[in-house]
Amino acid sequence: MVSAWAAEQVVAGYDRRHPVVDGIDITVRAGETVGLTGPSGCGKSTLARVLCLLHRPFAGTVRVDGRAVPGYRHRAPRELRTRIGVVFQQPRLSVDPRMTLRRTVAEPLRAARSPGVDARVEELADLVGLTPDLLDRRPHEVSDGQLQRACLARALALRPAYLVCDEMTTMLDASTTAALVAVIAAYQADTGAGILAISHDTTLLTRWADRISAVRG
Amino acid sequence: MVNELVVQGLSVRFTVPGARVAAVTDVSFAVAPGECLALVGESGCGKSVLAGALLGFLPGNAELAGAALLSSPDGPPLDLLATPDRVLATTVRGRRIGLVPQSPAAHLTPVRTARDQLEETVAALAPGERAPRARAEAVAARAGLAPADLDHYPHELSGGMAQRVATALALVGDPWLLIADEPTTGLDRALVEALVDELRRLVDDGRAVVMITHDLAAARRVADRIAVMYAGRLVEVGPTRDVLDAARHPYTRGLVDSLPDRGFTPIPGTPPLLTDLPPGCSFGPRCTRAVAACARRPALTGNAHLVACHRPW
Repeated sequence: MVSAWAAEQVVAGYDRRHPVVDGIDITVRAGETVGLTGPSGCGKSTLARVLCLLHRPFAGTVRVDGRAVPGYRHRAPRELRTRIGVVFQQPRLSVDPRMTLRRTVAEPLRAARSPGVDARVEELADLVGLTPDLLDRRPHEVSDGQLQRACLARALALRPAYLVCDEMTTMLDASTTAALVAVIAAYQADTGAGILAISHDTTLLTRWADRISAVRG
Repeated sequence: MVNELVVQGLSVRFTVPGARVAAVTDVSFAVAPGECLALVGESGCGKSVLAGALLGFLPGNAELAGAALLSSPDGPPLDLLATPDRVLATTVRGRRIGLVPQSPAAHLTPVRTARDQLEETVAALAPGERAPRARAEAVAARAGLAPADLDHYPHELSGGMAQRVATALALVGDPWLLIADEPTTGLDRALVEALVDELRRLVDDGRAVVMITHDLAAARRVADRIAVMYAGRLVEVGPTRDVLDAARHPYTRGLVDSLPDRGFTPIPGTPPLLTDLPPGCSFGPRCTRAVAACARRPALTGNAHLVACHRPW
């Protein structure tokens, strides 16, 4: 088995005549952090959605540990879907406003019918630096930084082998950015996860990633 | 009198079921034409509420204290906090203070072109204008837009273009003061630099800009002075280079040290709840330099480079 996650000649977008991503190859090996950068609108986020199996490409293949992904979105096999975690740019658009942070973090655990949900949620909250009182709040009662911490906890809940951070820190101040990147680095050191860090902040990627791929506009 | 905005002891409280939120506490600063002040701090620290208070945009449950005096050459100063909304709407907003809102694409009417919205603003703010189209294009040019760019609908505009349209809309009434709320969020570095350079040009033309941001790199590029906000209070105010390169407050030092081209080390802990602020220094519980004196609240003191800390650098 190859421990890597790769897009091979992926063509994707929202209109077949004008694909946003046109024939991109990218590989993220286990334990490695790959930075992906490029100007606004160059298709970074579309590629991210393809790689987390949330968007079906027009052509090309995504491989997870050597296995070609047979389907996307609800057609993606659960054992592949749960190997990949994702954190999006805007935490407020990524959570259900009716759920407390505790339920938000617990959701993947419940969906996967994992045992010991409560203990695992507390462990995750501690890992990302969410205090217990924050867990019982709803999204409108916490700041962007606190909500993004919850989104990261949710992404790590099922211990993914690969993680996409799509402009995860754009809405955050410098200190929260450094804190979340440190959480991911510790998780990676612990589990050997492969990370795809998408950002237009090249200073951040230079510091964070092992290598950087640039997408042209 | 000349144009100036002097904010004195501004506080904003919100009463919500079961709690009182101290969103902004005892904030004082001044800004005059030809100057760019960056207001920096993490999300939820009260920066946008401060802007809302100055423009009369806060919801009905907000309680305001202090004063925000807007001086002009042709009349007595106006306290923005005590001015009825009708007066703010007809004499201040858009005419003396322009707002570039956060996420501008969301503030544009989606079913009308940028030109249409600009011309509507010209008609509202300058009803006697004989050539509204030319005026709209002239304002757009000042914000960095070509006439052809204006014929697009908001969804056809990139983030950087939408930002420029929002800036143009704020410039129609020729205000001397622009408040830009997180104008760089979501833009790539090249666009951020282009945008802040445009703001700088407006400042050099004799306007004032208050830029609310969490982007210290953008603040460094454009601002003359930086005011650092933490848990609703200003903790440090001073010339940009002094604040970023020789910070005196431990929170500012922590922010600068967490930049990826510096230490990349986060400040330990999380900010206090605005419903339950500590009685002393708000940063005390996270501060590595805290001593017994920090149980008392420090005042913002100093001449050009002010700091609110019992043990500043």
